Amino acid sequence: MPVDVQDMQKIFARPDSLTDAKSTYCPGCHHGILTRIIAQTIDELGIAERTVGIAPVGCAVFAYRWYRCDAIQAAHGRASAVATGVKRADPNLIVFSYQGDGDFASIGTAESIHAANRGENITVIFVNNQVYGMTGGEMAPTSLVGQKTTTTPQGRDPKLFGYPIRFSEMIAQLEAPVYVTRQALYDTKHIKEATKAIKKAFTNQVEKKGYSLVEVLAACPTNWKMKPIDANIHIAKVVKKTYQLGDLVNRG
Amino acid sequence: MDNSVVIAGFGGQGVILAGKILAQAGMNHGLEVTWLPSYGPEMRGGTANCTVVLSNDPVGSPIVDSPTGLIALNLPSLDKFEPTVAANGVIIMNSSLIQRRTKRKDVRSFSPALNDLARKAGSEKATNMIALGAYIKVTGIIPLSTVQTAMTQMLKKEGKDKFIPLNKKALQEGYNALHE
Amino acid sequence: MGERLLLRGNEVIAEAAIRAGCQCYFAYPITPQAELLQHMAVNMPRLGRTFVQAESELAAINMVYGAASAGVRTMTSSSSPGISLKQEGISYLAGSSLPAVIVNIVRGGPGLGDIAPSQCDYFQATKGGGHGDYHMIVLGPSTVPEAGQLTMLAFELADRYCTPVMLLADGMLGQMMEPVELPKPIEIGSLPKKEWATDGAKGRDPNIVLSFDLDPEVLKQMNLILQKRYRQIEAKEVRYEETATGDADIAIVAYGTVARIAKTVVKMARAEGIKLGLFRPITLWPFPSQALRKLSEKIAMVLTVEMSAGQMWEDVRLAIAEQAETPFYGEMGGVIPTPQRILSEVKKHAG
Repeated sequence: MPVDVQDMQKIFARPDSLTDAKSTYCPGCHHGILTRIIAQTIDELGIAERTVGIAPVGCAVFAYRWYRCDAIQAAHGRASAVATGVKRADPNLIVFSYQGDGDFASIGTAESIHAANRGENITVIFVNNQVYGMTGGEMAPTSLVGQKTTTTPQGRDPKLFGYPIRFSEMIAQLEAPVYVTRQALYDTKHIKEATKAIKKAFTNQVEKKGYSLVEVLAACPTNWKMKPIDANIHIAKVVKKTYQLGDLVNRG
Repeated sequence: MDNSVVIAGFGGQGVILAGKILAQAGMNHGLEVTWLPSYGPEMRGGTANCTVVLSNDPVGSPIVDSPTGLIALNLPSLDKFEPTVAANGVIIMNSSLIQRRTKRKDVRSFSPALNDLARKAGSEKATNMIALGAYIKVTGIIPLSTVQTAMTQMLKKEGKDKFIPLNKKALQEGYNALHE
Repeated sequence: MGERLLLRGNEVIAEAAIRAGCQCYFAYPITPQAELLQHMAVNMPRLGRTFVQAESELAAINMVYGAASAGVRTMTSSSSPGISLKQEGISYLAGSSLPAVIVNIVRGGPGLGDIAPSQCDYFQATKGGGHGDYHMIVLGPSTVPEAGQLTMLAFELADRYCTPVMLLADGMLGQMMEPVELPKPIEIGSLPKKEWATDGAKGRDPNIVLSFDLDPEVLKQMNLILQKRYRQIEAKEVRYEETATGDADIAIVAYGTVARIAKTVVKMARAEGIKLGLFRPITLWPFPSQALRKLSEKIAMVLTVEMSAGQMWEDVRLAIAEQAETPFYGEMGGVIPTPQRILSEVKKHAG
């Protein structure tokens, strides 16, 4: 029986803040889900006209394309410093950086920690997929012990390359941050929780509370060489053991 | 007029400040001036010096091969800069700390006991002002009162107001100590 | 006429930046530019403006990148080793067409070098120390008052051409004091709005600041825009000064601190009957090649003097070609060429 479109109720739509630019992410990658959550948050808080996003270097280098708000593409690892510059220039802007694990937790270590330590009133989204996606699947500072990558073909040996870095736990040691949390996106329950966390991280900024960091465990089926569904299971069963989910700091 | 003076001594003897005051006084007197310090680690415990150039015309080089004046507050400073002083120049050497005489025959040299005079004026901390007062006397480049005003200005700027009376007296005592 | 004040070069650059409407300043301490940072630390917060002591030079230049994107006048300052760290950010500023001012109070190098005055960063400043086909405008003040004037100009040119501008001075100019009349403050509110700035997409399409495109044809176009701008700058912004060149038989080419020392040498030489002149580039990029070429058509001997192994000398020789003799005298490592030393070099070549 044909359905009259007039009678249909719209229950799901693209957030206004999400552009229709073609995605550059691989199938099964979690960046897409995360991007949508952020756009939806911007809509819900009604802040699109005063939001500035900072895109990193890495798979998310095109992040400036996805949001219908002002954006800056930053040098590798420097997004938190660039965010600092924007926020200090105009504290009324809502500034968020979107950074991968290589960007945030390796080459940008100093900028990441010190922006947090100054308690910059910004929102940082830290995407941890334990691998360098864009350059070809190399080891990340967050790669698991034994994880095979193109630069650890025998698996990550801690004696040679150290252990997976729990960067959010390091940030949580600082006095200034108001909110530090680790979230995941491997099922709807966790997507809902991550959505809440991201909304809180942006709300903190709107309310001028200070620095918020949301780490998100994300899947990279391409470089993990897994099917998307297996990648989700891998996060639930394996990755979570090294990176425990939940709030590390909540002074909001 | 082209006057250039190197003021040198141990770090802490106040040579940098003495130079600044002379430069400020020169500027207040309508002259063109430059003040160039030794800087960095040299200032921390070692020897310190600065060069002040005073001229009727815009100053080109703030460093000088042959200064027309030298104020040496200690022996290493005299040893280092004595050979560079221009013929017919002026050397003021601190006989409180320097036992020898100058080796130069072609300069006017004076050997006041700067530390002793400073102590008499109220504090050895004012040795630099005794020296500056003496230099003003023998060169006559700027009136003493102009230097005293510049000193007041400079100490106020640096938040050291309480030392103004002592330094004013020391400049005067230094000025009185020598005859042109 | 304003009040004459006796101030250090570093203080004057800082104060001029404030008067030029610099609203955000980010830097990391290093000798011999520390007084600049300290002046900003005291005065920027007092004026309700931003001062951040960054965790590194890399962070400082990227904070500048952010503030410039947001559309405010912004500056960082450092000395040689710190400027090396800023090169990444300078390349990004150039690539993204962002206005910013970078001050380099040059010290002896390479490596950690020393803290004495030097001109050994000329190549890095004028030829692009970072990656990519870019230039920045480079201004070389010779006196403390001029350091103030050129700081004001640096902000103006940065905004006019959407480009990073470097003030290239050295430790001597930073540390020395000289009487100065401070430039008149500009009215920040009177500056034109930067339509491209990422200051919130209210009532307009989003603005994007980037130096990036994976399509070579698009990136080529972005480069061509930069090159076109550089040609405009070369045509309009060349600055230099000639002293006593009218009847000169020999001329010194020198910039910055060395140029002022050379002015004394001109007097000394002329007192001895040597007809010496001075050509002083004020913009080091764009280099005043045409003017120098013209000068070399009437002066057969052009002596370059620098506190380096002969970096600007390359530009002098490019400009003059075979037109005149182009000898060189330089000092390195923070040694300052004294008037007597330069004069004896002049005599060697004056014939």
